[in-house]
Amino acid sequence: MLADGFTWDLGSDLHQLFQFHFMVNAYRAGTVVAVVAGLIGWFLVLRRQSFVGHTLAIIAFPGASGAVLIGISAAWGYFGFCVAGALVIGAVRRGRPGEFSEESAVVGTVQAFALACGFLFVTLYHGLLEDVNTLLFGSFLGITDAQVRTLLAVGLGALVALAVIARPLRFASIDPDVAAARGVPVRAVSTVFLVVVALAVAETSQITGALLVFSLLVVPPATAQAITARPVLSAALAVALALLATWVGLAISYFTDYPSGFTITTLAFAAYLLVHGARWMATGRHRLRLAR
Amino acid sequence: MSALATASGGLADFFAHPFVQRALLAGTGIAAASGLVGFFVVLRGQVFSGDLLSHVAFTGALAALAYGVDARVGLFVATVGVGVGLGILGERGHAGDVVIGSVFTWVLGLGVLFVSIYTTSTAASDSTASVHVLFGSIFGLTAGQAVVAASIGVAVSLAVVAIARPLLFASLDASVAQARGVPVRLLGVGFLGLVGVCAGEATQAVGALLLLGLIAAPAGAALRLTDRPWVAFWCSGALAVLAVWVGVAVSYLAPDIPPSFAIMATAAGCYAAAVVAGPRRRPAMRPRSPR
Repeated sequence: MLADGFTWDLGSDLHQLFQFHFMVNAYRAGTVVAVVAGLIGWFLVLRRQSFVGHTLAIIAFPGASGAVLIGISAAWGYFGFCVAGALVIGAVRRGRPGEFSEESAVVGTVQAFALACGFLFVTLYHGLLEDVNTLLFGSFLGITDAQVRTLLAVGLGALVALAVIARPLRFASIDPDVAAARGVPVRAVSTVFLVVVALAVAETSQITGALLVFSLLVVPPATAQAITARPVLSAALAVALALLATWVGLAISYFTDYPSGFTITTLAFAAYLLVHGARWMATGRHRLRLAR
Repeated sequence: MSALATASGGLADFFAHPFVQRALLAGTGIAAASGLVGFFVVLRGQVFSGDLLSHVAFTGALAALAYGVDARVGLFVATVGVGVGLGILGERGHAGDVVIGSVFTWVLGLGVLFVSIYTTSTAASDSTASVHVLFGSIFGLTAGQAVVAASIGVAVSLAVVAIARPLLFASLDASVAQARGVPVRLLGVGFLGLVGVCAGEATQAVGALLLLGLIAAPAGAALRLTDRPWVAFWCSGALAVLAVWVGVAVSYLAPDIPPSFAIMATAAGCYAAAVVAGPRRRPAMRPRSPR
């Protein structure tokens, strides 16, 4: 790329990394997104709603391309479509999912249709078809100061909302029936949470692209929850892992030409595999000892 | 390709264009296979296996392109391999949402890597190749590709029809079928292999991201319309073919609209119509054991 290349002198590497303003902005935006995604994703994984995150991320694609088509910033499309989608899901969802085999057909159809709409908007826009790759798989190039400020403001808002509902949400996530009996407004809390998730998905989409949102929103929290069951510690670990994947991923991508979508995803997934592999080995050895 | 199609053309004009003929030839075979396979995918609750196969299709096709092989080779090797693998591994316990989602994401991330290898390594490559794999290019098929796609579509359809009776039995009640001597496990593995072939096929028409709709929507609509399994089976295939034909025609008349969107919109519209106007009830046929 523009750099002289990676050396083992880390000081000069850092200097190289931050000599261009676009890279500084990429790191600022990546840091905001990683913190927001790590914390909100922690609750998402706890509530086993990661699939909702996937659906909202797919809705983000027609949102962003539709916004570009009518000439406003893609960020508005991300936030608008994701929040609207979350409200619809919150209103429609009823009963326990999973028992009705038709539900998967509905979800599959809605996802494919949303993606098709996004493709239609991109085609109607008559822009470069390469933009599709940016919307789907992310790009850290060309993030402006204004975008970083928007990400920071929306991220802070989402985290404040999460902090307000955190205690009832954790109660409702662990035992919804008891929580409802104790007077926790379970339905309202879960709808607010869906909106918070929508904001996090919209933010994450702008860094990782609509299709790779899981790599920051779900994989680091799932890894952290596999390491420890203590809530505060594992939430902190989730943020740390998301930050690590983003920072190292961006650096590798800067020095090597590999796309950031690939490096961030691979780092997050490698940590996940490592932790699960270690756990599997540990339980295997434990079982072996018991067998003897 | 949109320049070729002018909105003034009539029906005779429509069929006279070689690119339309090739799209209809390939599209019919692909749609018939997707609709018939999709009926069992929905009935067996395996839509998310289809989702995984579509991600794998993207990565497989671009891996082949990145290393200078025909995209279809990568496509079919990846989808059939993973389909059979899923069938064999799927017997042992259930992988959770998070596991499947993490693998999905990583497979796509790998696909992005191959996109960048492809666009940087081959000098003459066009950078829209990944868009074609993701969203299909049914009007861009050559005559040879169309004939191959149609023949594979026919072969998949025949194979599904051949195993349809025992497969329906095994899907509705696996344990009774097993007791009656139906090779349930072998059928499951073979069926996921067929879904893999079908996913590779459909990627060429509507693209890796949208093939799930062509598999799920016609079958979902058919299961809403009728209770009788064989009627729903054939109805699903017919609806898929209808969606492709209508989609190709709409996209021909309005060149701004990409064919994959028109096909998906028709299929999703059929499903929505079936839900709203059809008999208001859940499909009666469901597998006994949720899988």
